[in-house]
Amino acid sequence: MPDNDTLSKVPEAKTVPKKRTHLSFVWIIPLIAAAAGIWIAVTKILGQGPRITIVFSSADGLQANKTKIDYNGLEVGTLTSIKLSSDHKHVIATAEMSPKAKDFLVKDTQFWVVKPRVTGLNVTGLSTLISGYYIGVQLGQSKESERHFTALESPPLTGDVPGRIFMLKTTELGSLGEGTPIFFRQLQAGQVVSYELDKSGEFLNVKIFVQSPYDEYVTPDTRFWHASGVDVSLTAAGLRVQTESVMSILAGGIAFETPATDSPLPPADAGITFNLFDDRTDAFKPPVNDPHTYLLVFKQSVRGLTVGAPVELGGIPIGQVTQINPQFDAKTMEFTVPITVTVDPERYGVKFINAPTNQNPLATHKQVIETLVSHGLRAQLKTGNLLSGSLFVAMDFTPDAPPVTLDWSQTPVQLPTKSGQLDAVEDSVADLLKNLNKTMTNLDATVAGARGTLTNADNLLNSANQLIEPNSVLDSELNNMLMQGGDAARSLRVLMDYLERHPEALIRGKTGEAK
Amino acid sequence: MSTANPTAMEQGLQSCHGCGLVSCPTSGTEAGRCPRCDEKLEFRKPKSLERTLAYLIAAAVCYIPANLLPVLTTNTAGGSESDTIMQGVVLLWSPTGWPLSLIVLFASIMIPSAKILALAYLIFSVKRGSIKNNSQRVKMYRMVEIIGRWSMVDVFVDTFTVSLIQLQPLMSVEPGPGLLFFAAVVVLTMLAVESFDPRLIWDSADAKEIQPEVQHA
Repeated sequence: MPDNDTLSKVPEAKTVPKKRTHLSFVWIIPLIAAAAGIWIAVTKILGQGPRITIVFSSADGLQANKTKIDYNGLEVGTLTSIKLSSDHKHVIATAEMSPKAKDFLVKDTQFWVVKPRVTGLNVTGLSTLISGYYIGVQLGQSKESERHFTALESPPLTGDVPGRIFMLKTTELGSLGEGTPIFFRQLQAGQVVSYELDKSGEFLNVKIFVQSPYDEYVTPDTRFWHASGVDVSLTAAGLRVQTESVMSILAGGIAFETPATDSPLPPADAGITFNLFDDRTDAFKPPVNDPHTYLLVFKQSVRGLTVGAPVELGGIPIGQVTQINPQFDAKTMEFTVPITVTVDPERYGVKFINAPTNQNPLATHKQVIETLVSHGLRAQLKTGNLLSGSLFVAMDFTPDAPPVTLDWSQTPVQLPTKSGQLDAVEDSVADLLKNLNKTMTNLDATVAGARGTLTNADNLLNSANQLIEPNSVLDSELNNMLMQGGDAARSLRVLMDYLERHPEALIRGKTGEAK
Repeated sequence: MSTANPTAMEQGLQSCHGCGLVSCPTSGTEAGRCPRCDEKLEFRKPKSLERTLAYLIAAAVCYIPANLLPVLTTNTAGGSESDTIMQGVVLLWSPTGWPLSLIVLFASIMIPSAKILALAYLIFSVKRGSIKNNSQRVKMYRMVEIIGRWSMVDVFVDTFTVSLIQLQPLMSVEPGPGLLFFAAVVVLTMLAVESFDPRLIWDSADAKEIQPEVQHA
């Protein structure tokens, strides 16, 4: 035990009052507030979808924070800002998509502004008059993710409708435009999606969409033609008015049909190119089979002959006029019109039977033509339509035609011609006039002769006149004769009277007046 | 001069929060009760600064989403549109509507933020034991107390709008999440003001009485 001295030196232990450090209950409130704030922030961040930019040509009707991006009526995003591009040519809109729309954003996804559109054919987007424009989306098929898009000028016509896209080649657009209907047996089967000039500048490529199930009827043999408006044509065949439907009169259209065949072809692959014909007749012209060109030289007027005029053999079209090249020969002072015709009889269904069997088809052809010409095949211009005066080339056999030799060295080969129908008429009229002239000359001589005869006749009549004029010898003689005749008649009557009263006098003779 | 005016606490007296009756505290550790209104008697509000700070921090936290989140969502046939308070101010700002816009700006944005800042300053100055501008700080406190409740106007207007404009297929108005936070800001700042004991302002001045020349300087 230590003593007091030592104890007094030891310092006393300090007593520290127990600190009350426990936090006030009130701190729960800021904690709750912070938790709520953090929770809101987290959900906001998690709820934030990808940001995309869409390039528009115009910001017409678009509003930041208001314009929605709509997919099949479901909101998938909102435009957050709209600004001009650095070159001031476009409008770049930034949109915030909902997180669910993440897989929408692939390379070929398309955006466009949905606004009221009134075309000749339909009215769409009327609801946007009240709601304001919104942005439509069409999902792409690509797997490649994309954040920058360029909006379409107009809604894609194909939509999500199943069908196929084909290309048409045409030299003239006519009244076609985006949305022009495509008809199949007068039913609307699709639309024109877009068109553009080919790089060569020679024709237009028209992209069309044929919706299911009509796309099944498009085979590689299908023909497409302009069904635009009313097609009025005045040809050698007469006046033709053709139209596809009332709708197509107003807005134009394209029609297609597949020629009926025994074995239908399988449906065409999407994206293949077809020719767009001017009309149905054109579209259904048989394909070129074995065309040959010939030269026909006419010395007469070819007024009424056009390129495309038919060449007929015995009334059946076998080809058409392809060129008309008039020429003037200064040496012979002759104006001629050589025309080039393309003849393809088999194309027009002319069957060729008992053909000479020759290995070389060209030689066969030569032989056939030689034979035909030697049998009198001649080309002639004929009036196809009296109203329009249009001409066609008729190939006819003229058995008594002078023989011709063909010059096979020149191409195309020149075939013999003969003057046309009208020409022949003109010739006959000239002949007639010539004969008439001759007749007239003869008539002159006849008339001179006749005049002499008439003078003689006059003399004759004068003599006759002298004979029978009053106080002439003949007259007095005649008078005497007539007077004597009268006396004779009177005596005869006295006799007859006497005889009547005395018939017996015939037997007894005159007895005097005894009774 | 706070130093010249003795406080009740210095005199060993307590005043009742409810009726203002001054009484002598009980000798025990138990808090006494007001002999007139039975209110708990304390020299100062317990943990005043701590509670005020807690409410203030909560209010400040709520103030951020209150301004960032939409307070009102308008659904029309054309689509829905959400507006935050600031967007509302901008929307109202027009040659004719600017007074309304200013009211919203003051009541909904400036007053809550001013309140938060003012209280933060009061807490800070009391904690530091500042003795400057006592009367100014007291005035500031009174102002905050009076003006604070008016911020609730915004909440009421929104609530009325929501309940009145319900033309279902054509148009409807829905409250946004920001409104909840905004209401929380208003309520929390009011609680903060309530829990702050203004007497602390001059208490610190009394504590620093040892250097009166500083205050006079």
